[in-house]
Amino acid sequence: MTNTENTIMLDVLRYRPEQDAKPLLQTHCVPFSEDMSVLQGLQYIKDYLDGTLSFRWSCRMAICGSCGMMINGKPRLACKTFLRDIYPGRLRVEALAHFPIERDLVIVMDDFIEKLESIKPYIIEKQPRLLSQGEYLQTPAERDLYEQFSSCINCMLCYAACPQYGLNPRFLGPGIIALLHRYNLDSRDSGDDQRMPLVNSEDGVFNCTAVGYCSEVCPKLVAPANAVNVNKANSAKDYFLRFVMPGGGEK
Amino acid sequence: MTSPVSSGRRPYMRPMQGWWRRNTFYLEYMIHEATALFVAAYALVLLVGLVRLSQGQAAWDGWLQALRSPLSIVFHVITLVAISYHTWTWFNIMPRTLPPILLKGKRLSEAAITHSGLAAAVIVSLILLGLVWSLWA
Amino acid sequence: MKINMKRSNAPVFWLLFGAGGMLSALVGPMLVFITGIAVPLGLLLPKDTLSYQHVLAFAHSWIGGLFLFAVVMLFFWHSGHRIFHSLHDLGIHTGVVAKFFCYGLPLIATLATVYALVSIKYS
Repeated sequence: MTNTENTIMLDVLRYRPEQDAKPLLQTHCVPFSEDMSVLQGLQYIKDYLDGTLSFRWSCRMAICGSCGMMINGKPRLACKTFLRDIYPGRLRVEALAHFPIERDLVIVMDDFIEKLESIKPYIIEKQPRLLSQGEYLQTPAERDLYEQFSSCINCMLCYAACPQYGLNPRFLGPGIIALLHRYNLDSRDSGDDQRMPLVNSEDGVFNCTAVGYCSEVCPKLVAPANAVNVNKANSAKDYFLRFVMPGGGEK
Repeated sequence: MTSPVSSGRRPYMRPMQGWWRRNTFYLEYMIHEATALFVAAYALVLLVGLVRLSQGQAAWDGWLQALRSPLSIVFHVITLVAISYHTWTWFNIMPRTLPPILLKGKRLSEAAITHSGLAAAVIVSLILLGLVWSLWA
Repeated sequence: MKINMKRSNAPVFWLLFGAGGMLSALVGPMLVFITGIAVPLGLLLPKDTLSYQHVLAFAHSWIGGLFLFAVVMLFFWHSGHRIFHSLHDLGIHTGVVAKFFCYGLPLIATLATVYALVSIKYS
């Protein structure tokens, strides 16, 4: 039996606001081969079956973070999920959960971007560094502290996983807090005090109830649940020690 | 007068109803959160006991008597299962909430933290049982 | 979406939740077993283990009183906080009513515990 004779049924959640009152499932029959990813399945639909299907993708190798979607009910990267793991079962592809659907598999990610900007995701120096001072020297131990959290590819699977974000979209959310944590832990950074108000806020870390699904779905093993929960302790410390150390602690 | 050009955009928000039934991970989360109901119920039993203790021998004996009823026994068996499950899930989740702990330069694994916590629970439980047995039995 | 920058008071309740969760994880099962199963049935321990004399003396002592206070108080605050969040998870938002039951009752229980222990100590 040749590969081209095998097919897999693919149900895609379509949504074209100009013609659909609400999202609806559309079924396609896509050829199956052992090496195909879900992304390739979607590309087959777009190339040969229905050119109007809209979805984000880029690198096709799990580093750009563009192709996050709900695959059989779980937040996955389409390029990193293989048809062979679902075949001969049925494949169901929907836009990433907890985000408004813009069109088909494309979600509105403005909220994520705004929050990303708000946490100041860059090194904030204690004082400006002169060229004559040379590079920052960082030991392997210092690097190890934040390395895990720097692996985030902004794919937003953790937001699709987090029910607290789904229930309260004002919540900063797992990925953003992991990035915030990455900068706070970096020995070159002194911006903790500028980021703490976000952590401490009503939309901050205490929205988290330690469900832990975010860490479970993260394709880069960032462990956002850890970042969020460690910052609960940081926030509590800040809450009580602010009376003892007005102006916050210096790093 | 210019009218704004309609962009045709109409983002669709999907409802959150029944979200926790959508996969087993969420279902287990709701179950371990629900153990709090049994912690609350048992705390109430203890509070009533404490009040009865302050009211004298007769009141206290009444509380002890109530604990011997079949309904009470069944309740406590269920509560034991629930609180034990709380212990189990608490120490399984604990590593996720801690910053890295270094032992001799190497990071303590999640499994090591969980096992230490569970071991502590077993040891504390046996000490408690031992104390009660040696002092009051 | 504008972030609500108001500082959350959650740390207070989160610490109580954490302390109660840890305590109930460590001593909860054995306490339930002793008071609710073993002693009433005379299993492993005689039926008169928790006699008035024994327990009164325990509650009278500083260490015993502290233990009882910690257990009752923290079990209530832990469960109240968790139940409040579970109601939110289930989409039940009764606002003040939920807050009364989940935080008001633990407060009442705390006061009742203090009152009971103080009256035992000074009876």
